[in-house]
Amino acid sequence: MTLTIRAVTRTFPGQGKTGPTLALQPTDLDVAPGEFVSILGPSGCGKSTLLRIVAGLDRPSGGSVALDGRGVTAPGPERGMVFQSYTLFPWLTVRQNIEFGLRERKLPEAEVRAVSDKFIARTGLRGFEDHWPRQLSGGMQQRTALARALANDPAVLLLDEPFGALDHQTRELMQELLLEVWGADSPEARKTVLFVTHDIDEAIFLANRVLVMSARPGRVKAEVAVPLPYPRDWTVKTTPVFAELKARLMAEIREEVRKAALA
Amino acid sequence: MLGIGFFVVFVGLWGAVTYGGVVPPLFLASPGQALLAGVALFTEYGFIHDIGMTVWRVLGGFGLAAVVAVPLGLAMGAYKGVEAFFEPFISFARYLPASAFIPLLILWAGVGEAQKLSVIILGSVFQIVIMVAVIAGATRIDLVEAAYTLGARSSGILRRVIIPAAAPQVMEALRLVLGWAWTYVIVAELIGAQSGIGHMIMDSQRLLDTGQMIFGIVVIGIIGLVTDFLFKALNRRLFRWAALA
Repeated sequence: MTLTIRAVTRTFPGQGKTGPTLALQPTDLDVAPGEFVSILGPSGCGKSTLLRIVAGLDRPSGGSVALDGRGVTAPGPERGMVFQSYTLFPWLTVRQNIEFGLRERKLPEAEVRAVSDKFIARTGLRGFEDHWPRQLSGGMQQRTALARALANDPAVLLLDEPFGALDHQTRELMQELLLEVWGADSPEARKTVLFVTHDIDEAIFLANRVLVMSARPGRVKAEVAVPLPYPRDWTVKTTPVFAELKARLMAEIREEVRKAALA
Repeated sequence: MLGIGFFVVFVGLWGAVTYGGVVPPLFLASPGQALLAGVALFTEYGFIHDIGMTVWRVLGGFGLAAVVAVPLGLAMGAYKGVEAFFEPFISFARYLPASAFIPLLILWAGVGEAQKLSVIILGSVFQIVIMVAVIAGATRIDLVEAAYTLGARSSGILRRVIIPAAAPQVMEALRLVLGWAWTYVIVAELIGAQSGIGHMIMDSQRLLDTGQMIFGIVVIGIIGLVTDFLFKALNRRLFRWAALA
């Protein structure tokens, strides 16, 4: 599905004596089916706000979001999301978490089982199906969250710093896992992905396009294509192309981080 | 073991002041007398029937209160409109002491079982509603949002997120209120009852039998301890996930 974002803005109303805060300046973005777009920016730049608006969890103060021309105003199963915080349902096992959306759609039991089996295998969760979330490490919990979102077969996958709380090594493994799972579909059938992060390496490694957002109030200040072919593994991080992209993005982002720090 | 230790100290002190003659037996029976009185209660006065009546009243009144209060509390926690409608009245009603209604309830419902149950219901229902509403209202918003992005609608959020998330704490709240229901039942039985532990204690006062009175009080404590233990064990079984760190 094609995702179209037109002049989306967000102003948070003031509380008490503080006036309203402009979090997001008018933002336009078009994402083609099967694209993997990273949104890179300093903390508090409105990148998560933009993602939440696409998810339908937040309403824009102006502008519109559309999927294949149809306006989006509320959350829906065609836009799956993985959050930075651990949001597995603690009273459900790994398998039951993955089956949550399927059961909401009241699919036949055999189909529910087949789909959860498939994603348990793809995300390397075999042997952990019957664990409760609290028995899992952060990395395993986010694997489950990813499987849970994908099991629902969304057209668009929204990832809000999903590996932000993980240690560096786990994070790199999870990036590879994400590309593996996403790339398991044929190129025409791949999910459209919006991936929010503040990690430059992560943004480049995953995406075919990186958007750089400015410090608050956020806007898209630069767009960089990543001409590295899929499938990718960790070795691309050592290539000259990668290093060059990283240098460019670092220059873009440093200025914004400094502004954000002074704000 | 430390917990049992204090029971021993307590009974020891009790024995010291009674056997030592510090307090005359008219006011406080010794542990031995209380125990003998207890044996007599069971063998001669059919005390087991009184216990049965009291337990049934507590469970009946508490059960009826919970059946009404838990769904209402969940609805209040989940839907702002429902909360706005009921919350002010319930906050007012829960400060009304149930025991103060006893004369009025006797007027309305006589001195039969309906009156006993009403006291317990009145004493527990508003407390349960408020506690459950607070618990349900505090459901993690990120879990609710995750459910929305998985395609859940309002009914699914309530049924598949808010209720299971709240369940362990709701059970804890019920355990707490059940303890309070025990005090209401005894108060209800002190006035105009023909049976029950409270009635027996009242009767014993007329006979100045402090041994029976104390034994009755101890029995209430033991039953409370046992139900509390059973409730905890049930919660651990039902909500194994919640016990995980």
